Amino acid sequence: MTIDTAKAPATMENQEPSPGAMMRKRVFSHWGFMIGAIVLIAIFLMALLAPYISPGDPFDQVLSRKLIPPIWSDSAKATWDHPLGTDHLGRDYMTRLFYGARISLLIGFGAMLISGVIGTTLGVLAGYYGGRVDMVVNFIITTRLSMPVVLVALAVVSIVGSSLTVVIWVLGLLIWDRFAVVMRSATQQVRALDFVTSAQALGCSTPRILLTEVMPNITNHLIVIATLEMAHAILLEAALSFLGLGVQPPEPSWGLMISEAKGMIFFDPWLITIPGLALFALVLSINLLGDGIRDVTAPENRN
Amino acid sequence: MSDIVLEARDVTRTFMISGGFMKPKRPLHAVNGIDLRIRQGEVLALVGESGCGKTTLAKMLLGLLPPTNGSLELDGNPIETMDRLRIAQTVQPIFQDPYSSLNPRKSIGSIITLPLKVQGDKDPGTWRKRADEIMELVGLPRRVYNNYPSQLSGGQRQRVAIARALINRPRIVICDEPTSALDVSVQSQILNLLQDLREELGLTYLVISHNLAVVEHMATRVAVMYLGRIVEEEDADTLFDTPKHPYSKALLESVLTPDPSLGVPDTHLGAAYPNPLDMPSGCRFHPRCIKAMTHCSTIAPRKIPFGDGHVECHLYDENEGKGMLAS
Repeated sequence: MTIDTAKAPATMENQEPSPGAMMRKRVFSHWGFMIGAIVLIAIFLMALLAPYISPGDPFDQVLSRKLIPPIWSDSAKATWDHPLGTDHLGRDYMTRLFYGARISLLIGFGAMLISGVIGTTLGVLAGYYGGRVDMVVNFIITTRLSMPVVLVALAVVSIVGSSLTVVIWVLGLLIWDRFAVVMRSATQQVRALDFVTSAQALGCSTPRILLTEVMPNITNHLIVIATLEMAHAILLEAALSFLGLGVQPPEPSWGLMISEAKGMIFFDPWLITIPGLALFALVLSINLLGDGIRDVTAPENRN
Repeated sequence: MSDIVLEARDVTRTFMISGGFMKPKRPLHAVNGIDLRIRQGEVLALVGESGCGKTTLAKMLLGLLPPTNGSLELDGNPIETMDRLRIAQTVQPIFQDPYSSLNPRKSIGSIITLPLKVQGDKDPGTWRKRADEIMELVGLPRRVYNNYPSQLSGGQRQRVAIARALINRPRIVICDEPTSALDVSVQSQILNLLQDLREELGLTYLVISHNLAVVEHMATRVAVMYLGRIVEEEDADTLFDTPKHPYSKALLESVLTPDPSLGVPDTHLGAAYPNPLDMPSGCRFHPRCIKAMTHCSTIAPRKIPFGDGHVECHLYDENEGKGMLAS
């Protein structure tokens, strides 16, 4: 798949750069894509390097040092020992924020992977085969769409108990609908093209056609939906944790941090603002990245 | 005869079309009792309006769609007894639109060698060499091997499609409007290439087209299709000189000439293409036929042999027509 882009213009009569080179050019000139990518990479590094860059331990409670405001406040209590202050149990807020990024990203990726596999399988099969398969898949999608996600997630979590794994599975099993709908219509479009008929006439097996002819042409849709659903899962996790049915204390989930601080919203508002802003930055960066991918891979942008 | 590479006997394909909410499904006879024989080395052109069943027939000949009725034989073997790899070795398509017939995410090299991979070709080391050979044969420069379809012109893309169809040396090539999506300047190049390849590789073509100029240029035999049936089949020269069926005549008259002073030809066909869900009774062509007789609307015409070909029209069925008029 790699093309020698440096050589390409010299060897071709029509001086068009290779698709790879044109793609790189579009990526670097798309500011939304770049901002989203940079913020997301920063948060990712934050999560990855949390044990090395955070000032303390996320579970270490020092009640004598509770509710220290962040360093930008006028309070005399603010100290560089706790740049973002401490919470009501005296835990370092910056450390908890870094470790919280791990949980958000883990749930985002996990739920996105599970829902992506379910939704893409259903959608591609429905779009490729049509007819009865399509009818059955459409029925399953409609059934799923008629269930309110948060309500079902709350019910399931309260029955089987709540843990990180349970939250990932529950969300993954609930939010595949957009994958299925989009992959279905994308597959229908690709399936009608002659190169699929040509592959059939060459005697290709159906799995081979799906994997090598259809899938590569719908991956840009897949990536866009994957980013949207990842953001969706992160927000749902925050909501569940806020309601007390997601990640359980003392785990440092951003939703849980907001929930634990809700009693102090009028006195120590940074306790809510900081995880809120982190959540906002993460979801925004993922969405910017998704929009950017859609823009740089859109067919109307080609040539 | 052994030199018949493709034979269709009374082939019918019916689609069940939903009549709407809570209504029963209705049959649509896309192809209705077609007999075809193509001999080795022949170029049979299938002509007809859009929607007359040409593409459905082509899909059945490629083994992509089973016929509802009738039998298809490739090289003397019934098509239903052949597995898909064998069918693929015998018959290959070339599509109309080279912009949709090549996967935009694959390099030219991987498109051209796909048939070798699919057939489980034993010797991957020779793939590159065979691809180079076929690319030279169809007039593609070697350097496009690593390029992508978006970097190629329409004519080059069609050459890639031809290379992909021919790399396993099939016996029959079904060309579905091989030039109609190309620039006029490129069309003749592709047609000449197809002609040269036929001679060089001993191919047999089934050319599907409604461009009569293409047909006249390439075909040795012509079959005229109307609403799922072949109404006239003839040597190309005979058909272009003396078309018999009124529909063939109208088609030949409909050819636009480069001379604008001649105006747009009047085909007498009218604009009304019949609804294939609601076929006219008797001869399907009678509502549009300028020579329609009274019994045309009640009795379907027989197949009347004419020299090497046949025609389905009451005008040439002296006995039946007179008998009907007398009664």
